[in-house]
Amino acid sequence: MRFEYAPAPESRSIVRLRDSYGLFIGGSFVSGSSVFKTISPATEEVLAEVTLGGVEDVDSAVAAARHAYERTWSVMPGRERGKYLFRIARLLAERAREFAVVETLDNGKPIRESRDVDVPLASAHFFYHAGWADKLGYAGFGPSPRPLGVAGQVIPWNFPLLMLAWKIAPALACGNTVVLKPAETTPLTAMLFADVCQQADLPPGVVNIVTGDGGTGRLLAGHPGIDKIAFTGSTEVGKEIARQCAVSGQRLTLELGGKAANIVFDDAPVDQAVEGIINGIFFNQGHVCCAGSRLLVAEPALDPLLDALKRRMESLRLGDPMDKNTDVGAINSRAQLDKIQSLAALGEEDGAVRWSARCPLPDRGFWFPPTLFTEVSSSSPISREEIFGPVLAVTTFRTPAEAVAKANATPYGLSAGVWTSKGSLALEMASRLRAGVVWANTFNRFDPASPFGGYKESGFGREGGRHGLEAYLDVVATDVAGTLGASDV
Amino acid sequence: MDVTSSDSALRGFLHGLPGVDEVGARARAEELARRSVKADAKRLALDLAISMIDLTTLEGQDTPGKVQAMCAKARQPGYGAPPVAAVCVYPDLVPLCVAAVKGSPVRVASVATAFPSGRAALDVKLADVKSAVAAGADEIDMVIDRGAFLSGRYLAVSEEVAAVKAACGDAHLKVILETGELGTLDGVRRASWLAMLSGADFIKTSTGKVAPAATLPVTLVMLEAVRDFARFDGGRRVGVKAAGGIRTAKDAFRYLVLVNEVAGEEWLDPRYFRLGASSLLNDLLMQRVRMEAGRYSGPDYMTVD
Repeated sequence: MRFEYAPAPESRSIVRLRDSYGLFIGGSFVSGSSVFKTISPATEEVLAEVTLGGVEDVDSAVAAARHAYERTWSVMPGRERGKYLFRIARLLAERAREFAVVETLDNGKPIRESRDVDVPLASAHFFYHAGWADKLGYAGFGPSPRPLGVAGQVIPWNFPLLMLAWKIAPALACGNTVVLKPAETTPLTAMLFADVCQQADLPPGVVNIVTGDGGTGRLLAGHPGIDKIAFTGSTEVGKEIARQCAVSGQRLTLELGGKAANIVFDDAPVDQAVEGIINGIFFNQGHVCCAGSRLLVAEPALDPLLDALKRRMESLRLGDPMDKNTDVGAINSRAQLDKIQSLAALGEEDGAVRWSARCPLPDRGFWFPPTLFTEVSSSSPISREEIFGPVLAVTTFRTPAEAVAKANATPYGLSAGVWTSKGSLALEMASRLRAGVVWANTFNRFDPASPFGGYKESGFGREGGRHGLEAYLDVVATDVAGTLGASDV
Repeated sequence: MDVTSSDSALRGFLHGLPGVDEVGARARAEELARRSVKADAKRLALDLAISMIDLTTLEGQDTPGKVQAMCAKARQPGYGAPPVAAVCVYPDLVPLCVAAVKGSPVRVASVATAFPSGRAALDVKLADVKSAVAAGADEIDMVIDRGAFLSGRYLAVSEEVAAVKAACGDAHLKVILETGELGTLDGVRRASWLAMLSGADFIKTSTGKVAPAATLPVTLVMLEAVRDFARFDGGRRVGVKAAGGIRTAKDAFRYLVLVNEVAGEEWLDPRYFRLGASSLLNDLLMQRVRMEAGRYSGPDYMTVD
């Protein structure tokens, strides 16, 4: 019997978006000189007007952060900083539905994901780092590590709130103040977060948020008043920032692109592997830097696996991201859709065979069906370039050594997946894959306690876990100020 | 080669099936449990669930009065709801049920084979089956020999299922795996295939006498098994029955979603999916009344039988 789920849209009534948003500088919203609009990629409806941060705006945000760093935050005992972080974490959890709705409206990702993944994880990151704030002396960076100062942080549009949390939580826990630049197409949850900072009575200037486009990001990353730059985004922009920092001497961490291999052996738990492949490449429409975009299958397992995978892809529900039963949402922007379409077309020209799930695409908004390519040559752009969309390249291998060689044959090295029922093989593969994260019999699992970051052109530095603290700390041998780390416990 | 020809052939086949990753299977079941079933979908799901119920009483204290009342409710649940799929009782109560549901589409199912433990000699089990069939049971719910299964004597389990199937004649055979005693989801997958290879028309999770009874991850693995068996060379479409611990409409919807998205819509049919339950029916009826009236009534407005 046909069993169609009736529409089950999450209500927007919990959210009152303002018509326009200023910049969050020195603890209050201030207006700027020019504005731009942010739209919902699922409907192309204008959601709000947002301020485009210019030179003076960035200057004043950095000045506010410097002031707060010197007067308040760096001299505050760790346990007091921790209280603010705990408060923010709780507020995020309390206002989870509101954040989920705004994230889905602005980004286009399914409400199921923003509700079950993005928002709870963002809150968890604040909880986790709140706990570190008064224990930094025990983190392995000397008895009294020091904060760096003002951090300039530029984040992408794929996980707007979660990336904000990954950046702000450790920076604040370690005693730094921040100026954050959200992505141009997804500024709204950052604006809502500014509201949370006010609600938590966070001292003014500790968190500053300057919205804008790539130009604003460039102004922030190149600002001489910044001690540390943290960037998550494309490898191209990352390289530009790295060149700049090589001259300025500012500290830098980069989390860039990826082209992860998801390796399936013939003894894999097939049904779970299929779910892992689906989750690896279609989670968040494939807008995931660690997405498992290259599927490497042991040759004998290929045909049954492809059958099962295609069958499963047909059951994916693409459509209104606000519907609680939607699995695949909208592509984040027209520009990104163009990029995905042109790379997919290049793949076809190159001789790869394209197969897409038969799902009707809505008339308005930006959409791309879940797609896989078979008979992909290893030189094809489909298997080389980061598509950042719901497109999977399928190839085969014969031996574990060949799987390792193929998986590592990429300029990137962010993540990898291994599917096998044999524990020793999973461990052996993990030790030979050059990737910052290797998942065994799962994919796209994140936890604040687990360090995340890349090899090679996927960047450097780690976020999360004890290791992630290093990105926001200076190791010093003696406790000069007597205000941080172990001394105040 | 017939995989059921020897212990070693069976072992080779069953242990060659793809493994089940417990963490992943649980995560998938949990993900599907969050589907939202509202409005028209809910209306459809309520009646579909009612039509899939094996209304069950399996107690030492069952009396003719109790069973008769249950049969009446099975035929006519009331509030405009369709009849349930079957009533499920111990063998001695089959004649009473046959008379009570006569003229209705409700079928009579009987547990057999020394239910629930299955600890009796094969001829005793077969006699149990034959008496229930002779009394007019349309469906037989047998239990597998879990001791034999857990000690790797797959052939013994297979031969027993085949013998019971032969004793069933025209009656449909549901094979209870008692998954709560199998320990792993790999075990559930192997037991499912073993039962299907040996002639089961249905595979059923539990007796209801062992905790945990039906769970979503276990049912997920069984649905994957029937889906794959239907595509398997020499395979056919086998049904699944989730039994025990399913009490609310919300629980039932989760099973329907699982059937829909794992096995496929072909299984959304009382001929291929059943819910073994007793108190579930009243909750479904209560939800049905609410859908019609636009407000909740309460358990006091539902009949007790």
